[in-house]
Amino acid sequence: MLHAHLSPGPLPSRMQLTKDGKLKHFLTIEGLPPLLLEEILDRAEQFVTLPNKQQKKAPLLRGKTVMNLFFENSTRTRVTFEIAAQRLGADVTNLDIRTSSASKGETLLDTVRNLEAMNADMFVVRHEHAGAAHFIARYCAPHISVLNAGDGRHSHPTQAMLDMFTIRQKKGSFQPLKVAIVGDVLHSRVARSQIHALTTLATGEVRVVAPKTLVPAGIEKMGVNVFHHMEEGIEDVDVVIMLRLQRERMQTALLPSEREFFKLYGLTEERLQLAKPDAIVMHPGPINRGVEIDSRVADGMQSVILEQVTNGIAVRMAVMSMIMGSQGGAA
Amino acid sequence: MSLLIRNARVIDPASGLDGQRTVLIDGGRITALAEASAAFSADETIDAQGLWVFPGAVDLAACLREPGLDHKATLASETFAAASSGITTLCYQPEPGANFDNAAQVKLIYDLNRRAHYANVEVLGNLTQGLKGQQLSNMASLKRAGCVGMSNGRQPFHSLQTLRRAMEYAATHDLTVFIYPVEHALAAGGFMHEGEVSARLGLPAIPSAAETVAVAQTLALASHTGAKVHFCRLSAKLSVRLIRQGKDSGLDITADVAAHQLFLTDMDVSDFNPLCHVMPPLRSARDLDALREGLADGTIDAICSDHQPHEVDAKLAPFQQTEPGISALETLLPLTLRLVEDGVLSLPEALRKITAGPATIIDSEAGQINVGAPADLVLFDPSALWELDLNTMHSNGRNSPFGGWNFNGAVKRTLLAGKTVFSS
Repeated sequence: MLHAHLSPGPLPSRMQLTKDGKLKHFLTIEGLPPLLLEEILDRAEQFVTLPNKQQKKAPLLRGKTVMNLFFENSTRTRVTFEIAAQRLGADVTNLDIRTSSASKGETLLDTVRNLEAMNADMFVVRHEHAGAAHFIARYCAPHISVLNAGDGRHSHPTQAMLDMFTIRQKKGSFQPLKVAIVGDVLHSRVARSQIHALTTLATGEVRVVAPKTLVPAGIEKMGVNVFHHMEEGIEDVDVVIMLRLQRERMQTALLPSEREFFKLYGLTEERLQLAKPDAIVMHPGPINRGVEIDSRVADGMQSVILEQVTNGIAVRMAVMSMIMGSQGGAA
Repeated sequence: MSLLIRNARVIDPASGLDGQRTVLIDGGRITALAEASAAFSADETIDAQGLWVFPGAVDLAACLREPGLDHKATLASETFAAASSGITTLCYQPEPGANFDNAAQVKLIYDLNRRAHYANVEVLGNLTQGLKGQQLSNMASLKRAGCVGMSNGRQPFHSLQTLRRAMEYAATHDLTVFIYPVEHALAAGGFMHEGEVSARLGLPAIPSAAETVAVAQTLALASHTGAKVHFCRLSAKLSVRLIRQGKDSGLDITADVAAHQLFLTDMDVSDFNPLCHVMPPLRSARDLDALREGLADGTIDAICSDHQPHEVDAKLAPFQQTEPGISALETLLPLTLRLVEDGVLSLPEALRKITAGPATIIDSEAGQINVGAPADLVLFDPSALWELDLNTMHSNGRNSPFGGWNFNGAVKRTLLAGKTVFSS
């Protein structure tokens, strides 16, 4: 049966849940039921209310081993996952794969097999290619859970959930909201996950605002309205999510210059006045001041950018504890 | 040794024959084709009651991998897979690592194939040396060595000027140029069709325009040079329209489509299924419909397998890191016949797309049943039902997305020049 594993497995959306509907892997928001997303937010609420002074540990993951597999560089995401796992009492190992096995020609599957042999319970995976976390989830040992920390342009589900958490904290319910996602949607796994999360939570209107070069063809099918002009796109919205614009986009003829982009799509105080007066400003970070967002907005009253980072830990604790709950090892 | 096939329903799309006939074979060729009652005797007689007999299929595109890439497959393994699925003539598709710059390389293939000899192997010579897209290959020598056409595979041309000169030089020697229409600047870095699924999956994508731009350019050059051009592996709706217009305006052009493009779309990539990673990519349902229409109205002349067998590891990675291609010999005939069930083509029309249609493109006497023709025949049981099991495929490559599909009708026996090369 050498080839049996080549036959297509279950769809990713189904692969994420156990038979009784518990979270087994967290790979993408797509296909998850709204109640499950709300459960993540509710549970994160419990972790965030732990007072900031003496951070109490909730040892739901005691005796478990979490391995951070980062095939692509990311300090912030890795650190928040690490803190989240530690607060839950897990043993955490960080593997910077770029500098180890992969660069020696080991295949992804062999890397995974070797780490399995070291008694891992959970892989937190960041990879440059879309579908990498699905691939690992499909082929790893059945007792291991995979948590996607970003795969190519595909998905970054914990980032989207911490954004949802922040929105709910500030705005209460999603139904009446208009949310605009602005900037480089084409290359953004964050935007894709945010769109799935917002539509799953029945957000009133989800908008995408960018020039045609940065909007992937067919994105309307994900349930968003596409705007090409900033002024129309953020008019009357409750939430403005700015995306990071990477410098290399100028080299590949997607944009003429940072200056022109800022002129047309940069979030300034003036432009922000087109949104609702109590609109909040979000950004998954790291921000490029003066490229997609003006410093006065990033540091202004309406910005919740740093709160997003804080909430990231609580949301990751929530997801990790739910996954471990489905493994039957945690209370 | 002579062979007599009695009581079969004989279907020959080339002549329009469809009826009960007795077929007499001697010396590797068909020597008589008579009414059912005709009295003949032969060394062996097959009672083909309930069976169909039609010409062995001619597949315009198979990567046979040997020599050079024989960790994926060998001539013997793949030609046997072909025979087992009713294919008796294969065009060896040039690719980096396995291609044909000179007569000796072509002769090596013939010699290698003579040993196993489950199917005829025809060779497409390199249009440019080493497929590098710069210097013209020795086309006249390659033709003398037996090449049935010239191709650059999916490799790019250095410039349109190179393509133009290659077409002119090929035309000088009355050689058909096999063109994969792809504008590499538009396709570079892409892994699947650009559309709603790629938007959702975040996979870098290839727009249909990567193909249609190249089709339009090549048509203009075909008109300019008068070269005979065969367009390989169409995938986009607009390509079909452009080819149709080109044919209407009198250009000497033909076209084919890979069988999987007629049954799968980008939706099949939804779960990052690496078995659906192909080039050109699976496109939208609208493209699929247009390709089927193009077959029905004659714009597309042939269906091919675009066979690309792989070792297991080639598909065991995240989608972008897998090698494209399907092990497709064993599904060419079954999928083509499914077009009849789907009401796209009549049975003789469907068979024509894998027999006389492609045979004409490579100027081969194969693909037809008449007195004097080579006895490359398929005995087919239309009542058999079977399911494709990847583990029991004959090809060395088990990389098919059609595992678990059920098919009506199965090959009972395949004859190559009157000799049984497969029987079930």
